[in-house]
Amino acid sequence: MNIDYSSVKTYGDTLNDGAMQVSFTLPVPAGDEAREAARQMALKMGLDSPSVTEMADLGAGFTFFVLYGKCKHTVDYSVIKVPKQQQKVMSFKEVNELIKKELGCRIVVVAACTGSDAHTVGIDAIVNMKGYAGEYGLERYPEIDAYNLGSQVPNAELLARAVELNADAVLVSQVVTQKNIHLENLTELIELAEAEGLRDRMLMICGGPRISHELAIELGYDAGFGPGTLPNHVASYIAAELMRRHKI
Amino acid sequence: MIIPVDNKLNLDPGKVKLAREKAGKIADRLHAWIGDYTTTTTERAAARLMGIDGADESGVPMANVMVDELARSGILDHGLVPWLARSIVAREESPQEIAEALAAGSLKVESIPDCAEEKWREVADKLAGEAAAGIKAVKAERDRLKSKAAPPNKPMLYVIVATGNVYEDAVQAEAAALQGADIVAVIRHTGQSLLDYVPYGPTTEGFGGTYATQENFRIVRQALDRAAQKTGRYTNLVNYASGLCMPEISVMGAFERLDMMLNDAMYGILFRDINMKRTFIDQHFSRMINAYAGIIINTGEDNYLTTADAFDEGHTVIASQFINEQLALRSGLKEEQMGLGHAFEINPAMEDGLLMEIAQAQLCRELFPRSPLKYMPPTKHVTGDIFKTYLINGMFNLVSVLTGQEIQLLGMLTEAIHTPFISDRYLSIKNAAYVFNNAKHLGEEIIFREGGRIQERAVFLLNEACKMLQEIDEISLETAMEKGMFADIKRSRDGGKGGTGVIARHKDYYNPFFTIFMNDTKVEEGRLS
Repeated sequence: MNIDYSSVKTYGDTLNDGAMQVSFTLPVPAGDEAREAARQMALKMGLDSPSVTEMADLGAGFTFFVLYGKCKHTVDYSVIKVPKQQQKVMSFKEVNELIKKELGCRIVVVAACTGSDAHTVGIDAIVNMKGYAGEYGLERYPEIDAYNLGSQVPNAELLARAVELNADAVLVSQVVTQKNIHLENLTELIELAEAEGLRDRMLMICGGPRISHELAIELGYDAGFGPGTLPNHVASYIAAELMRRHKI
Repeated sequence: MIIPVDNKLNLDPGKVKLAREKAGKIADRLHAWIGDYTTTTTERAAARLMGIDGADESGVPMANVMVDELARSGILDHGLVPWLARSIVAREESPQEIAEALAAGSLKVESIPDCAEEKWREVADKLAGEAAAGIKAVKAERDRLKSKAAPPNKPMLYVIVATGNVYEDAVQAEAAALQGADIVAVIRHTGQSLLDYVPYGPTTEGFGGTYATQENFRIVRQALDRAAQKTGRYTNLVNYASGLCMPEISVMGAFERLDMMLNDAMYGILFRDINMKRTFIDQHFSRMINAYAGIIINTGEDNYLTTADAFDEGHTVIASQFINEQLALRSGLKEEQMGLGHAFEINPAMEDGLLMEIAQAQLCRELFPRSPLKYMPPTKHVTGDIFKTYLINGMFNLVSVLTGQEIQLLGMLTEAIHTPFISDRYLSIKNAAYVFNNAKHLGEEIIFREGGRIQERAVFLLNEACKMLQEIDEISLETAMEKGMFADIKRSRDGGKGGTGVIARHKDYYNPFFTIFMNDTKVEEGRLS
């Protein structure tokens, strides 16, 4: 198949058919007018020949739709560049050996779930002894001193603890993303660190279900980790990046 | 509501009895000292029961104002009620007027003269009796509404709303009720569990949820009652009597006709790092209020499985359910009011994982035949793949109807992406309604092969739970929690938040509600071990 990467369209079963499925809710009562409103909404989204395949009354004047249409837009895939962590992932054993041999001293990592966020599932998966999906957490790494401060830690307290423990890296997890609260929290932490002249003293790393490396860089972090991250991914990055910074 | 349950798992009744006895002894050991203490929130709950409401100019609730003043004067160890009753005798004012005078600074704690005990006791008991009658009236109203409503689904469909804005919550709650939900929970602002006061009035900003306030309770209750007029069904309202204000939130729920409360004996210690003593004392009074108000509690064992591995730690859920049951009985809760928690959280990639889920769910059903079990959906292993999540939720619903669960918290296909959209809830209700109807009597048709995978797993879980309860009985629950025996989380005995709010009771401590509530809810012998 000859695909023109400079002009890519969504795919159903034929190249460039633009096929796409969407679902959404409109705050209008179900009926013929609602169906037409959904169709017009799809047209404005750039979907040609939209067809409403499901319309459901959600009660209280809301209606849910499933639609199919043919998207008229294209994207130029050939010029896309996304910043990525270049670091190759090492195993638990490899990371520990690298730290021991090359860095020669243990790495201190301080981790927390900050702000009002009480969801520790992410930070626990990375830091707690047990780890996640068969990968040990950072607490288990003999060459890493990991401190999990838990949830609802104010940004200022996290930084204070990082200074007190002479941390090499700070891990911050944000799970609750309602009304973009995670962005506010993450931005505040970086601003605080900069204001106190701490930003360059330690690696600042964030993670969470709605975090990407790209977003992290944009917010002023050194790295970001999204869904599917395992403890050794984070450990590999920290060890290698510290080596780079110490020019080893 | 007695569900006929066969012994499908071939459980040894001796083991079940042993587990219950050990859990009973563990609970008794806590109760050997719980009654020697009170807490700030216990006294604030008493203030609220006596009719104290509202907040001062800077937003401090009146209940906090009064308790703080009594603590400053060093007489909180007598309880709030004796001083309040003496003030009423001396000033001939209402409790609210006295609280307001304290807040304004026009009344000092020390200025209230002593009076004959029988005199202030009479005033205290009269007011307490009126408060209790008020709660009974709310309970009677619930019973009346439920009796004339159409019977609920079985399992009952439980959904959450979590907008952060109570007015938006009310819209979503009403829509959920119209879509067929039997139970609606308003998720709480993530930070509230660590507030040592209950915010006042309606609130429109919160993250991950909405503040639990009495006014917010009232607003959502009205929305659900409005929906009931259209649907002919009663929709249960749920909130959280958890965190640093367990008993106060129970009082608010009792006043505003909440039907269920998340109310676990250990959750705050493990997952919010709240002081052990504080939590054990608070849960006792909090559950007494729930018992009296006819509120069904939900326990939080599901949380163990999101932190630790669901397959490896399945027995900790069973052990904890036994402990929660015995503690709840000691607060006067009936088994029919105990929504003991568990969850469908085994890694879906596991071979025969579904069989293991069936074993655990059926085991809970057979061990606690009268409890309206609360079954929590998969969250840990679901990702942004909404199509796969929708299917896993269907499997979860199938296990639920097969094993006779009662309170089914519906899985959201967008779990791990965002707090539920209105359409996510609709789709989850559709999923559950389809499975529950389409497989309605599957449980009556299925027996498990003797010595097969499901029976073996269940027997193994019960044996492990027994061992764990035996060990906890030997070392005490506090030590077990110090060792991280639940959820892989270690908590120190004297650490955690809220420890300063624990006060040793004076020998003249008085709180009339303990007697009123406990006398009302005599627990049948038998289960009480």
